[in-house]
Amino acid sequence: MVKKALETFKVEYLQVLDTSGNADKRLMPELSRNQIKELYELMVLVRTFDDKAFNLQRQGRIGTYIQVKGQEASQVGSAYALGPKDWIFPTYRESGALIVRKHPMHMLLQYWGGDERGLKSPEGLNNFPITIPVGTHIPHGTGVAWASKMLKEKVVTMTYFGDGATSKGDFHEGLNFAGIFQVPAVFICQNNGFAISLPREKQTASKTLAQKAVGYGFNGIQVDGNDIFAVYKVAKEAVDRARKGEGPILIECITYRLADHSTSDDASRYRTKKEVEEWQKKDPIGRLEKYMRKNKILTDKYKEAVIQKSKERVEKAVGDFEKMAPSEPLDIFKYTYAQLTKELEEQMYELTKGEL
Amino acid sequence: MAKLNMVQAVNLALRQEMKKDKRMVILGEDVGRNGGVFRVTEGILEEFGEERVIDTPLSELGIIGTSIGLAVNGMHPVAEIQFSGFLYAPFDQIISHAARIRTRSRGRFTCPMVIRSPYGGGIRALELHCESQEAILAHTPGIKVVIPSGPYDAKGLLISAIRDPDPVVFLEPMRVYRAIKEEVPEKEYTIPLGKANIVKEGTDLTVISWGAMLKYTREALEKTNYSAEIIDLRSIKPLDTETIINSVKKTGRCLIVHEAPRTCGFAAEIIAQINEKAFLHMEAPVVRVTGFDVPFPLYKLENYYIPDEKRILKGVEKVMKF
Repeated sequence: MVKKALETFKVEYLQVLDTSGNADKRLMPELSRNQIKELYELMVLVRTFDDKAFNLQRQGRIGTYIQVKGQEASQVGSAYALGPKDWIFPTYRESGALIVRKHPMHMLLQYWGGDERGLKSPEGLNNFPITIPVGTHIPHGTGVAWASKMLKEKVVTMTYFGDGATSKGDFHEGLNFAGIFQVPAVFICQNNGFAISLPREKQTASKTLAQKAVGYGFNGIQVDGNDIFAVYKVAKEAVDRARKGEGPILIECITYRLADHSTSDDASRYRTKKEVEEWQKKDPIGRLEKYMRKNKILTDKYKEAVIQKSKERVEKAVGDFEKMAPSEPLDIFKYTYAQLTKELEEQMYELTKGEL
Repeated sequence: MAKLNMVQAVNLALRQEMKKDKRMVILGEDVGRNGGVFRVTEGILEEFGEERVIDTPLSELGIIGTSIGLAVNGMHPVAEIQFSGFLYAPFDQIISHAARIRTRSRGRFTCPMVIRSPYGGGIRALELHCESQEAILAHTPGIKVVIPSGPYDAKGLLISAIRDPDPVVFLEPMRVYRAIKEEVPEKEYTIPLGKANIVKEGTDLTVISWGAMLKYTREALEKTNYSAEIIDLRSIKPLDTETIINSVKKTGRCLIVHEAPRTCGFAAEIIAQINEKAFLHMEAPVVRVTGFDVPFPLYKLENYYIPDEKRILKGVEKVMKF
């Protein structure tokens, strides 16, 4: 009889910056003071945009909006690790990653205002359009990375999704291909504890989401997703490794949305006030602020200036958004195929002339 | 010129395009080492290597989902789904993504990919190995649906599909994979998508069919004395409405034969087009002979499901004797 362990695995967890703002020097990623300021400014900008978009929805100036609030470190820290030609595959909650990736904010508002033109990634930026169904874009991140490998482009993909997506078949098939074909893909799972109302423990019996990567033959790591240094460190290493041809990785960021699931949701139906308050204490922006104060990178004056500048930028984006010319009705036909079909020509005529 | 069957013609088209287009890759289950379960990709791995002819995991959603990514980033994937009955899982990828990427990104990203899949019944296969989903696919804006009826068309249509800037589902009627041999030129040629083929001109009635049913419909009509104008749609979407309308305006009568279930089958769309554009030219209501609205039966009963000569001839009589 032969009985032996064929495989054992461990899942690492990384936190660099604790909730009091103390960073572990041994684990600290390489970041200059200016880079730390840049990360802080981006997080404040994302928060400012997010709050404004929420208000615009409440005022009826845009439609449904999905808030980032609370997840800024997970998104900013990861997207900041990418190179200019790398790709992101965002879901609806990724305004933060999209802002880091220079998607114009007025276009994000345009999209949430019901105008598809807002999703058009400006030339030179590889920001894939937001995917609304959960998890179905995961194989796309794998496929684009696979093409990058075939074309020897050294370009990396970063695919974002939440804890709920890990229950989808698309997650399995997308990560399985990534492992087999060793593509330069980084998968960012923002585990914010809930898929709308379903708590993470009911999503899977697996102890962590990171360990699911083990089944696909690559590494998974869990990080404190409200710790921008930990997220950046792990993401940067993952991106660098992927670019060198060392294969994919899954990063589970433990975070929390400090908002409802969407502007149509009421999270008080399934989360306690106490729980939300506990997570507010772990707010990623406040935490970085504490660190920056301790290390004399942040002063009240600087903080005030950052907030002021963010407000100005967001207000300008709102102004630009509201000044945009409305879409042409015929626009709905133009991108169905490379060339209009005869059926579509007939239907365009019907729309413009009001005649069949 | 060589006489080839459809398997050989598709194989020839794939090889020629692989030579020409260095960004083309073939991927799917058993397409490499095994040459495909129908041997359609036989020898292509040996010629072009593992990097371009890729045996994937048994994962239809993964094949289509990653092909979308490949296409978005500049490759030209030609994915095989082993039987079209296995398309249901990746339908989500096809409908929710492949078909919409151009629209969703306002043309910034596109998805030039081909999904090849053997389809239809008549080969005594297992459950879900005999589906005909052209109408479901054609109902989805953003994709094209192409069905060859014989080897010559298969080569020319597939080359067009591979070069098309939009996602194309290319359904290969497996019942006639080896049942028809035709002269297929070695030299490269294309048949445009969206153009039907008038297989035979006639004056008494228009008969429209596609895929495997075209052969059996033609054979049935040879047993009548009517002068039938037979149209092979070739392309379900885009649809060549013009050829259909010109023909029925001439004949005033029309029979449509397809293997897929009747309700919301593609005949229904053709009839609607005739209603809208040629109603006053019609001498009789359009008749359709189709599969029944039941799950495709196992093989003991499949011949009762698939339109046969007797049902096709009844259809001819119904439209002629009105």
